Amino acid sequence: MFKRTRSTDDFAEEIKAHLQLEADELQRESLSEDEARRRARIAFGNVGAAQERFYLRDRMAWFDNLVRDIRFAIRQLIKNPGFATTAILVLALGIGVSVAIFGFVDAALLEPLPYTNPSQLTSVNEGSVESPRWPLSYPDYLDWQRLNQSFSSLDVYAGAGYILNTSSGAEPVQAERVSGGFFQTLGVHPLLGRDFYPGEDRPGGPNVLLLSYGAWLHRFGARRDVLGQTVDLDGRAFTIIGVLPRAFSFAPGGNAEFWVPLNSFSDHEKMRTFYTFWGIGRLRQGVTAQAALAEMNPIAKQLQRQYGITGLDLTASVVPLLEVIVGDVRPILLTLLGGAVLLLLIACVNVGSLVLVRSESRRREVAVRGALGATRARLVEQFVTEALLLGLLGSLAGMMVADGIMKLLGSLVPKDMASNMPFLGNVGLNAHTAAFAAAVAALAILLLAATPTLRLLFLKVREGMAEGDRGSASRFWRRLGANLVVVELVIAVVLLTGAGLLGRSLYRLLHVPLGFDPNHLATMSVMAPDTAYKNDEQVIGLYRENVRRVSSLPGVKTAGMTSMLPVQCNCATDRITFPGRPDHGEHNEVDERHVSPGYLPALKAALVRGRYFTEEDDPSHPRVAVINQALARKYFPNEDPVGQRIANDESGHPSEWEIVGVVDDVREGPLDVETWPAEYFPINQTRQNVFNLVVSTSQDAGALLPVLVKTLHQIDPDLAISDETTMTDKIDATQAALLHRFSAWLVGGFAMIALVLGVVGLYGVVAYSVSQRTREIGVRMALGAQRSSVYALIMRQAGWLTAIGLVVGLVCSVGSSWLIRSLLFGVQAWDAATLAAVAFVLALTSLAASLLPARRAASVDPVQALRRE
Amino acid sequence: MPSQKNPDDRIALLQGTLDLLILKTLVLGPCHGQGVARSIQRQSEEVFFVDHGSLYLALQRLEDKKWISAKWGVSENNRKARLLAYGQRTRAASGEDQRVGAADPGDGIDSG
Repeated sequence: MFKRTRSTDDFAEEIKAHLQLEADELQRESLSEDEARRRARIAFGNVGAAQERFYLRDRMAWFDNLVRDIRFAIRQLIKNPGFATTAILVLALGIGVSVAIFGFVDAALLEPLPYTNPSQLTSVNEGSVESPRWPLSYPDYLDWQRLNQSFSSLDVYAGAGYILNTSSGAEPVQAERVSGGFFQTLGVHPLLGRDFYPGEDRPGGPNVLLLSYGAWLHRFGARRDVLGQTVDLDGRAFTIIGVLPRAFSFAPGGNAEFWVPLNSFSDHEKMRTFYTFWGIGRLRQGVTAQAALAEMNPIAKQLQRQYGITGLDLTASVVPLLEVIVGDVRPILLTLLGGAVLLLLIACVNVGSLVLVRSESRRREVAVRGALGATRARLVEQFVTEALLLGLLGSLAGMMVADGIMKLLGSLVPKDMASNMPFLGNVGLNAHTAAFAAAVAALAILLLAATPTLRLLFLKVREGMAEGDRGSASRFWRRLGANLVVVELVIAVVLLTGAGLLGRSLYRLLHVPLGFDPNHLATMSVMAPDTAYKNDEQVIGLYRENVRRVSSLPGVKTAGMTSMLPVQCNCATDRITFPGRPDHGEHNEVDERHVSPGYLPALKAALVRGRYFTEEDDPSHPRVAVINQALARKYFPNEDPVGQRIANDESGHPSEWEIVGVVDDVREGPLDVETWPAEYFPINQTRQNVFNLVVSTSQDAGALLPVLVKTLHQIDPDLAISDETTMTDKIDATQAALLHRFSAWLVGGFAMIALVLGVVGLYGVVAYSVSQRTREIGVRMALGAQRSSVYALIMRQAGWLTAIGLVVGLVCSVGSSWLIRSLLFGVQAWDAATLAAVAFVLALTSLAASLLPARRAASVDPVQALRRE
Repeated sequence: MPSQKNPDDRIALLQGTLDLLILKTLVLGPCHGQGVARSIQRQSEEVFFVDHGSLYLALQRLEDKKWISAKWGVSENNRKARLLAYGQRTRAASGEDQRVGAADPGDGIDSG
């Protein structure tokens, strides 16, 4: 296959020379010159045909050889089914896992967002010390839009929940309110109909909306006549003016089905100090995000000064949109990719050493071939063909494995999270993953072909043919086999440590003190339509009726309501001040919750001082509040908070609230964030149309959910009820819990596979070594060695390999753990307990793996062993 | 070598015979292609007449497998000619056997 440097011209020269010599000889035999030439030509035969055969000989030979090699390779695999299945399975595993993980990485991090020039899009918001990304207020947005030079367009969006009224009932739906140029900023054009007109997002503009593709498909059957139809949201009629394209998704918008222009504002939203809109801006050509940030920072500060906003230190935040969308999952995806690559490596090394062992046992065959006339090149060709066949079969199987894993993992992501990660829909076998798979397969084939080829280069024909080879080359290859196992053990240790640390992080996360008892709690979100519940009397009446009816159900202990469930986010906040204290303009941001009297008892939140709310805390009585320990500690460090007052700006009306109780900290924010100070107001005094019902039960909370929904609908069928689940499920579905759980389980899976492969590899090496040293062991035993010393001999070899693998592995794993430190929670990268546990596990399994061959070695019959020679 | 079909076997046999004849010719020393052709004819007493195209391909095969080596040189009558001689493989295989005339390529596969 590698080349005949002899050119066709050279061959032609030789023929010419031959004809000349033949003609000379014929002339000596007394023919005339012409006759001689003619005869010579005839004697030669067809010159052209000969030249053509010369030219083709390589090509034909090449093809012949290839076919022969392939048939031989296939026969070899069929004759060694054990080797073949093991090698193909291990390869399939390694290739499949790495391609699958790469599929996710590609979909999330490498594929571009479905917008025009997505690299120019940035998330533009305000920022502060506590929260680097803080929503804009509408007046600030208008000023920013007016004053900036960096953005060719700046728009805002905000999520909204509406009640969709159809003939079949009321249903809560997700919508997104956007400013007029939103879709133009993204560069998205409706599939059907039109985008918003320029005037439609001014206050008082028409009620129009754009449908998402999914909504168009599921609610309207993808009919083209939807344009002009109306949709009833919250009692208002919205006209459908267009449908968004199928490929469109907006991660921060989740599963929003209805996109409405921002043309009606609540009183809050008109305030400059009410921050609820997220911004998105397209940078002008040549402007970077940093430059834009440098421009917006002083603008933000100037506005703050101009409007006398105190107590805040507002800055701007300009972050690439991609960062916002994938920033959270990037560390875990890259970690998983690293783990998958390690797994691939260990799989390749494993199969490589299998091939190496086989090549040892084929020494004679190779030597005979060589003596019979096979050139080195031909032998190498054959090894490459065998490696190619194995690699291709392994890759094919690997692709099937990858497809299965991608589907499986995709289905394991809960719907809530999946709606914020629309790229998950792009995960699958596509051009990128196919290219990656091809690269991985090529790498594997290279490794598989390299081992026997390199071996061949060192082999001498004669030496290889002798039985009981004790040549230096063979020892070298035995060493190499052993060394490869060390690599496998190192990788296993690294993956085990990673899995151990992530597992401990998950445990720590899930056992973070919650401040309440999450068990036996049923929850659901309830939206009371504004049309029917407009004043205090109606709303409070609803609350009371809810609690009354629900409490009378069997199995229900206490029922309560809250504006936001715990363990979600620190996103419903309030700025408070303390009457009677000098105001230095500090910014006191606390979590704000509106709860019914039964809520805190339902949670079993411990009361530290004072009292819970009662039904008497209603609009006709003084305003009261309950605070948590964190607020008490921070703002009332040396005094009794009960009886003190806090003040805030409730809906534009300054209000004061008297503290009547202090509860132990309930974790209102995410699991991995410190508890914020929090204040609780009676829901009867603040009136929320959107609230969560929380019911503590004596039996299984999940079983009670349908009954609860039915009960509420009996009170009023127009209540929009959604997201009914148990508290524990809700906590498990938070982003922190999910990401940690995913990473722990997946890396754990990798680690298990790696451990099995590594230990099996070790077993293989030791067993092979024993089989090679049978004669030596026989001699030793004949010379008087005890069984125990033979045990020791074998175990020592295994022990050495394990020890080296362990030490190198532990060092490497400290390094790798440092790399994933952002995923760890509550554990250090060099956590001694985890490292010790990993060392213990590896030592134990290695011991077990080497025990079997050691036993076999010790039970060698010296007579038999010596006789084998 | 792996098994082949019957026509292939016959061709292989023929090729093998031709290879032997060529090597026998070269035992006496280097020679060019035309000389080898004449020699074979003479040795087989004009019975074995190989077409020269096939002969040169056979020579190329042997050269590829390093049984013979080739170099451009001059013939006895000062014509340009490509001279063929035993290659390293043949020399190595028959190295221990001092009886040059009795050396047979088949002896190369020696388990000694």
